[in-house]
Amino acid sequence: MNNSFTKEELIRYSRHLILPEFGEPGQLKLKKAKVLVVGAGGLGAPLLLYLTAAGVGTLGIIDFDEVELSNLQRQVLYGQESLGQPKIKAAVERLTALNPHIQFNLYQEKLTSANALEILKGYDVVADGTDNFPTRYLVNDACVLLGIPNVYASIYRYEGQVAVFNYTGKNGNRGPNYRDLYPTPPPPEMVPNCAEGGVLGVLAGIVGSMQASEVIKVITGTGTVLSGRLLIIDTLSMETRTVKYPKASPGHEIKELIDYEEFCGMNKSLSPFEVKEISVQELNTLLKTGQDIQLIDVRTAFEHHIANIGGDLIPLEDIVNQIDQISRDKQVVLYCKVGIRSTEAILHLQNVYNFTNLYNLTGGISAWANEIGKPG
Amino acid sequence: MVTVKLFGIAKEIVGGSTLTLDSPVANVEELLHYLRERYPEFAKLTSLLIAVNDEYARPATVIHDTDEIAVIPPVSGG
Repeated sequence: MNNSFTKEELIRYSRHLILPEFGEPGQLKLKKAKVLVVGAGGLGAPLLLYLTAAGVGTLGIIDFDEVELSNLQRQVLYGQESLGQPKIKAAVERLTALNPHIQFNLYQEKLTSANALEILKGYDVVADGTDNFPTRYLVNDACVLLGIPNVYASIYRYEGQVAVFNYTGKNGNRGPNYRDLYPTPPPPEMVPNCAEGGVLGVLAGIVGSMQASEVIKVITGTGTVLSGRLLIIDTLSMETRTVKYPKASPGHEIKELIDYEEFCGMNKSLSPFEVKEISVQELNTLLKTGQDIQLIDVRTAFEHHIANIGGDLIPLEDIVNQIDQISRDKQVVLYCKVGIRSTEAILHLQNVYNFTNLYNLTGGISAWANEIGKPG
Repeated sequence: MVTVKLFGIAKEIVGGSTLTLDSPVANVEELLHYLRERYPEFAKLTSLLIAVNDEYARPATVIHDTDEIAVIPPVSGG
């Protein structure tokens, strides 16, 4: 099956099959190829549509988001009916309707240092269409460790960048990667994303299509891959330029995956005596707007029953026995009567159990009673 | 005078897509110094790609008046 085409496929791919330098050998390479698309957003949409249409045999899609109304201005993979659905679910429905010959591997999760190598392993090409620096460095490093070419693209307002990193050329030499171009990430305050900085919808289509084109070239060996060159397009002036860049010397040795959020300055490590604070007003707003946070009352059961604001009861002296009750992936607010015991609990949890998502309710239940109202 | 093309957040820092330098710079290191002195926010951009005539430039790369210079910060949108 993998070495030939049905009559239906021959017709479907006929415009490729008659293409010089492509033909049946190129189409067979596409059919046998496994490509992982990281992020099914602005870039992921054209990437997935064109790679599916082109007949890439196996497509992995990793994305943990749901389709939102503000996505539809550029993420042409989705329609009105997709709103609220997980992106990977909406994507696979649309893509299967486009080409039923493709095998889809779906990952509805966030790519992390813990799962990246396991997920990327076995793919021939990775296409990075994520929207943040931690994931870009993660994808880069994982591809370097696994020896997988990384077809990269990135967009900002009216501008885009495209490059192929870590590409092993016909001479057997590995090309430069993202860290050769940008060894370290910019600080978070210098990084507006699409939500803050805006993005021209059609730019995602242009740049994501260029990215798809490079994926196809890497697989089929057609033409000259964009390795060691960064393509920049500015749609305002409609100018492109291609900047040649070498491997850095000395190089950046990548030995293992690291904490990329920390690397990008997203969650600065706290000093051993530092506790993040949240005011009762802020907490009240979070609760009213239905934010997914965990509230923990570290007072005694007796105090909890007299007056509480809906937190889970885990008394201070019992907290180390109930570590698994405390979430590590959402905001957790701890409180007591005035904030002393909760501070003690947070310091212990941070220093001994490496929690980074804990907040102290400043002034505790007393502040709540004074500023918000009598607790229930 | 050398004219520099600006991309990404460099456009916002300078307030335009090109910048004509009002004093000469001999090399990329001096260009970076010039930018950081006049626009302190450049000091925060620790990774900044500078291209001279569409080639990756190192601090010691010499700049001539006729060279085409581009300042290309990293972008992450997708």
